Amino acid sequence: MSFITGVGLTPYGKHEGSSSLDLMSRAAQAALDDAGLKRAEIDGILCGYSTVSPHIMLATVFAEHFGIRPSYAHAVQVGGATGLAMTMLAHHLVEAGVARHVLVVAGENRLTGQSRDASIQALAQVGHPDYEVPLGPTIPAYYGLVASRYMHEYGVSEEDLAEFAVLMRAHACTHPGAQFHDPITVADVMASKPVAMPLKLLDCCPVSDGGAAFVISRERTGEAGLRIRGCAQAHTHQHVTAAPALSELGAEISIARAKEASGLAISDVRYAAIYDSFTITLAMLLEDLGLAGRGEAAARVRAGHFGRDGAMPLNTHGGLLSYGHCGVGGAMAHLVEAHLQMTGRAATRQVRDASIALLHGDGGVLSSHVSMFLERVR
Amino acid sequence: MSEQLADWTKGEQAITYQTCGACSHVQYFHRGFCAACGASDPHEARASGKGRVYAASLVCRAATPGTRAHVPYNILLVDCAEGFRMMAHGDSGLAIGDSVTVSFKPFAGKLVPFFTRET
Repeated sequence: MSFITGVGLTPYGKHEGSSSLDLMSRAAQAALDDAGLKRAEIDGILCGYSTVSPHIMLATVFAEHFGIRPSYAHAVQVGGATGLAMTMLAHHLVEAGVARHVLVVAGENRLTGQSRDASIQALAQVGHPDYEVPLGPTIPAYYGLVASRYMHEYGVSEEDLAEFAVLMRAHACTHPGAQFHDPITVADVMASKPVAMPLKLLDCCPVSDGGAAFVISRERTGEAGLRIRGCAQAHTHQHVTAAPALSELGAEISIARAKEASGLAISDVRYAAIYDSFTITLAMLLEDLGLAGRGEAAARVRAGHFGRDGAMPLNTHGGLLSYGHCGVGGAMAHLVEAHLQMTGRAATRQVRDASIALLHGDGGVLSSHVSMFLERVR
Repeated sequence: MSEQLADWTKGEQAITYQTCGACSHVQYFHRGFCAACGASDPHEARASGKGRVYAASLVCRAATPGTRAHVPYNILLVDCAEGFRMMAHGDSGLAIGDSVTVSFKPFAGKLVPFFTRET
C-alpha cells in the first residue's frame, strides 16, 4: 500500500528570476510541509527533467541543492507522462520497502528561462530526426495530424474541440494560481490565431514557469488517507508516423491494465484528472478512457457533465490549457488538484464527492500512457 | 546486408522502404533488422510515390527562421501504396482519403517529398 501524504504547487505563469531548481525547491518544501515531514525523513527522490537546464543527473543536483542525502534517487523522462510515471514508480518503491518517503518533484522556468521558439523547437525533437523533423513539424502539428484524423473518423468538429478550452478556462478562473483568468467563449477559440490546423492558439496549452511536488509514503503521516489504489502504463510507439490506428492507442491499453490492478471500474470514478496538452488530447483521452462515448465528449462538456457541479468534475484547477504547462510539473498540477479535492481542501472549487479519482497522463504523441486510480480511505 | 538505397533523407529524390524476408512486415524507418520479428537484412526498395492522405495539418506557426519562411505549409501522413505510412508535405487543399502522388520541393535547405492530388 502507498499513500500520497503531501502535495505542493506553485502558481503557474511568469516567475521572473526563478531557476528550475528554485521552482522545484519551492514546490518540494510545500509538499514536505503538507506531509508534515522534515528533509531528513525523505529517503527517495524522483525528479523530472528541465529543458531549460538539462542535466544528466538532475535528481542528485536537486538533492544536493535542497539538502537531502537520499538512499534512492534518479530522474525520469516520459514526456508529459513523467509525473504519473514517477508517482507509479514511487508507489512500487514504497510497497517494495525500498524507501519510506519518496519525494516526487519537477519544476521549470520554461516561460522566462528561454524563448518561446526555443521551447517549441526543443519539444519538436520528440519527432524522428531523419524522417519527421526535417519537415518542420511542431508539437501542435503532430497533434494537429492526429486531430484531423480523429475528427474525420468520429465526426468531431472544431467547435466541439473549442468546448474543452472554454471549460478549462472557466475552471482556471476559480483558481488563484492559474496562468489565465479571463473567461473565453467558443467564438474566441475559433477566432484565435491558427497554429497547426485544425488547432488554433486557444486549443493549445501555454508555456509556463512553475513547480509541483508530492510525497509518496508507506504509511499515512496525518489524518488524511489518500491511497494509490492501482496504476498501469502502455507504450505503443514514439513517432506519430509509427502510431497505431486510433482504436489501438495506448490509453485504452493502460486503463484496462489499471482497472485490473485496482479492481475498479469507470463507474466508480468521481473525479477525473486527465492530460490536456491540446483540446484534441483531452477529447480523445476522455473517450479512450471510457469517460465519454466515441465522439460524445464535447456534448458532455456542453451538458455540464465535466464541470465542478457535474457528474464527473474534470481538472477543476484549469488543466494544462489554462492553469498552465511548465513541462513535467504541468500534469503534476492535476494530481495536486485531485489531492485537494479528495481531502476536502479545494476551497471554492470543492466538488461534492471526490472519493475515487482517475488520473491519466500522456507523453510524446499519444506514445506513452499512465493511468492511475486514487482512493480516499478513512 | 543489402545495400541501403539513398532516399530523400540522404538528398536523393526518392522514397524507400524495407520488406522483411521472413515475415513480410513492411517498414519505413530504415533499420538493419525487421522491427516486427527481428530478422536481419530486410529487403530495400524504392517506393512508387503513390498513396492516400491519412491525416493533414496546415502549419501556420513555425519555430525556426528556416521553416518560418515557408508558412503556411501542409504536413501530411500518407499511407503509401506499398503498405507503409510516411510524413511529408503536400498541397494545402488536400483532404483525408485523397489519392496523391509525390514530387520533391525545397524546404528549409532540403528537398522534401511533396504530394499533390493524383490526376
